Parts: sequence; C-alpha cells; structure tokens
Amino acid sequence: MLKDITLGQYFPGDTIVHRLDPRTKLICVILFIVALFLAVNWTGYAIVLAATVIFMILSKISPKRIFSGLKPMLFIIVLTGALNIFYTKGTPVVEGWMITWEGIERAVQMILRITLLISGTFLLTYTTSPIAITDGLEMLLKPLKLIRFPVHEMTLMMSMALRFIPTLIEETDKIMSAQRARGADFETGGLIKRAKALLPILVPLFVSSFRRADELAVAMESRCYHGGEGRTRMKQLKFAGRDYVTLTLFVLFLAGMILLKRTAA
Amino acid sequence: MSEIIRFESVHYTYPGDELESLCGVSLSIEEGSFVAVVGHNGSGKSTLAKHMNAILIPDEGKVTVCGTDTSDQDRLIDIRRNVGMVFQNPDNQIVANVVEDDVAFAPENLGVEPSEIRNRVDEALTLVGMYEYRQHAPHLLSGGQKQRIAIAGIIAMKPRVIVLDEPTAMLDPIGRREVLSTVKELCREHGMTVVLITHHMDECIDADRMVIMADGYIAADGTPAQLFADPELMERQGLDVPETVKLMYALNKEGWDLPLDALGVEECAEVIRKAVGK
Repeated sequence: MLKDITLGQYFPGDTIVHRLDPRTKLICVILFIVALFLAVNWTGYAIVLAATVIFMILSKISPKRIFSGLKPMLFIIVLTGALNIFYTKGTPVVEGWMITWEGIERAVQMILRITLLISGTFLLTYTTSPIAITDGLEMLLKPLKLIRFPVHEMTLMMSMALRFIPTLIEETDKIMSAQRARGADFETGGLIKRAKALLPILVPLFVSSFRRADELAVAMESRCYHGGEGRTRMKQLKFAGRDYVTLTLFVLFLAGMILLKRTAA
Repeated sequence: MSEIIRFESVHYTYPGDELESLCGVSLSIEEGSFVAVVGHNGSGKSTLAKHMNAILIPDEGKVTVCGTDTSDQDRLIDIRRNVGMVFQNPDNQIVANVVEDDVAFAPENLGVEPSEIRNRVDEALTLVGMYEYRQHAPHLLSGGQKQRIAIAGIIAMKPRVIVLDEPTAMLDPIGRREVLSTVKELCREHGMTVVLITHHMDECIDADRMVIMADGYIAADGTPAQLFADPELMERQGLDVPETVKLMYALNKEGWDLPLDALGVEECAEVIRKAVGK
C-alpha cells in the first residue's frame, strides 16, 4: 500500500521542455519567480500567466495534473484570498461592509500569484527527474566551493536519500506486516493512539537504517569513493542551442517585467 | 601462475571483542584462480574477505595485495581498485537511482574520462547480461538482477581480483544460479581471480580450490574433490556436502566402490552409469 506513493512527481516524456538542460530549467524557474513578484498590474499577471500556459502546452503536462498538485495548498490559497478581501482598505462593495472593490482585486491577484508560483515549480519537477535536478544543482552551486560549502557532499546526500526512499518504504511495509501479524492495530483509535502505534515501527526502522548506512559506507569505500575531489562524471551536462534560446527568452521576459513595473509606478 | 594475495600469519580482533576473529591465518591466492572459502557463521570467513581490500587491517601479521602491503594508507585506492568486493545485501551497495549510473560510480570515483566510463559501463553490463536494463531503477529489479548490477559496478573498476562475500545468501534459487554463472564466467573466460565466500557447498563444486575456515583458523585447504572425498573431515567441520557426493557416500556404504571426485551432476551420472554397466 505504501508503494503506491509517487515520488518526486516526475512524469517522463520527450518534449522540448523535458530535453532542456536541468540547469537551464533551474535558472528559468528562479527568473520566473522573480518576474512573478514584479507583476503589479493586470497586464503583468496576464504576461506571466501566458508564459506559464505556453510552457504547460510545450511540456504536454495537462492542467488537471497541475490542479491536482495544487490541492494540498488549497487551504493557504483560500486563507490568503480571504485575508486580502477583508483587510484591504478602499471603497466598500456595499456601504458598511468590510469587503472592498480593492480587496477583491488584491485577493484575485494574490491567489493568481500563489497559483502561478506553485505551477511554475511543478513544471520543473514534473519534467525533470530528481537525479537530473540534483546534477544540475551540483553544477550550478559549484562556485560555492570557493567558500568551502560542501556542494558535492550535499548533492550526493540528496541523491542517496532519493535512492533509498523506495527501499525504506518496502522495509516499513515489511515491519508493519510483521507487527500486524502479532496483533498490532494501526487503523483504529484517535490520533494519539494511532501515533503511538507507529512507535514500534519507527524503532526497528531506525535501527535497520543505521545498519544499512554502515554497510553502504563500506560498499562505497570498496568502490574507491574518497570524496568529490578528482571525481569525474559519466554523464556530462551540455548546453544545447535550445538552452541558450530559452535562457535568452527568459532574460528578455524578466527585463520586460522590470520595464513594465517601472512604467506602471 | 603468480601470487596475487598473500596472508602472513594474520591476527585480527574486532574492537570491543575478546576473542580473536582471525588467529594466525596464512594463505596465498594465485592469479586467475577460483577460490571458495567456506565455514560456519563466526568462523572468520567474512573477516578474511575484508582484509583483502584493506577494509580491515591486520593487528598482527601482514596482507599483501599485488605486492602492496594493505597497511599502507597511501596506496589504499590502488589496493581497492585491484580488489573489488561484492557484499551480501544488494540493496545496501547500490548507490544510484539508475542502473547505468550505479555501474559508473566506481570509475567516476577513480577519475576516469567520461567517454571511457561509458565504454566500461556498457562492457560491464553486457558481461553480466544486464545491458537492456541500463535505464531501469534498481529497486524494481529482482534480487539476482540487483546482485549482478553490483558485480557490474565492480567489473567497471577493472579489478584483478573480485571478492564476493556471500553474494547469494539473500537470493532465491534462480537468482543464485544467475549470480554463480556470472562469477564462473568472470574467472574462466576473463581470467579474473575470484574469491567466493559462501556457505552453500554446491557453490564450491566448480572452484579450483576450497578453503575451510573454523574459529579463525584455516581448517582445511585443497581442491573441492579432495575435501569432499573425506567424509570424516566434512563431518568434523559440521559441513554439508553436495547432493552428488551424498549420493556417492550412500552408494559406497551399500558396498559400491565409487570414486568421490565426480562433483557435477553430469559427471556423477556418468560415473554411476559406468558402474551399473559393469
């Protein structure tokens, strides 16, 4: 049952968005977020929305998938909307009400902003495998090595964690079955009772994880692992023409948004 | 044939233990040979294996690999590159999310050129018969397949010796067969030295040499045919013998006079056929 959880939310495909270098996509997402926060009027939001829709179409990710991903954030989105409706000063919709026309406008813009923010990052994780993202991150953060930031170690830890998630889920399943076979009950009772029932699962899981970590370390050393120094990579990330084009377009996009903000202000 | 690994009266005690795990082991392994090491749990066979690539360093005595003393910390990478090790649990030695990335791990650590890594990875995966799975996620493969990936990960390092520490202990019979035939091929067709630690006696049948460990000592050392032919020794060590040898023992007890050195099923059948034909 635990096996059904989708991890990393990556949907393999062969569109132009999928083929872009992960570094390009990471940079573009950052530029996209900056641009989004520069939007101050409806024109600005319309442009950002258009950019998102274009990428959604190019990557062949259905809007349904984006919306299903937004579900867990629904509460925050609604709350932000509500707060903006009630707490923005201006002309009331009906005399004596707290709701103002300006409030409604702000609320819609805020909701749009959060939705677009999340959709943009989803487009990254939906079209890029977790390994590609960690590889891209390692390359992008390389300059941080100068200030002794352990970039290689950090990204290795990330990819290792991703590698072991399915293994640990399998193990949890096994432990739960073993406990159930001896009469443990995970389904009934209140929140506290159920949380307590999880304890006998966590303890053996922790113990075995430590043993695994130990064995893994020995296996890695046996394969000549000695840190990031002098290490090469089989798969070299390479910028292609499409990457330069995409990056240029995004820089222009951001420049346009800055200009728009200037003229609006 | 030249010597590739040498143990000179090696003693080793695990930190915090009172009993010695290895009490003066001397052993010499020849290049290109297939050596099986058997013994009960706690007999010291895994400890012996871990001395071969400097995971453990002897307390007393000396281990030499390809002429290098394993206690030489500066040559650690050299030693490990020459002696690859495969462990019991395939899950705990696979580091990447994609099969080919995992196989590339060791050569990447050694700083091999990217194009050369690609060649080595393809070669190693073809050798273990897993090339068509190169894009798969390891956790979706069977135990035997995962263990073959682990072996490919070692081969990609181009070692001269491959040490396998109970590689089949967690596998089903099909997985065991897959792994064993891969190991045999490595030795017979690619001239790699193989040290196989196991407690399945039938896995020793094809070895050139069999070493029996007991309580940190080498209890017996010889060809599998020699050792299995000595029922008393096997009995004393509390070790099982392959089914074929069991059959021969039983027949000899009934008054037949069969040689005990036909270990393979085919050879065994041949011997019996001849005896019956007489």
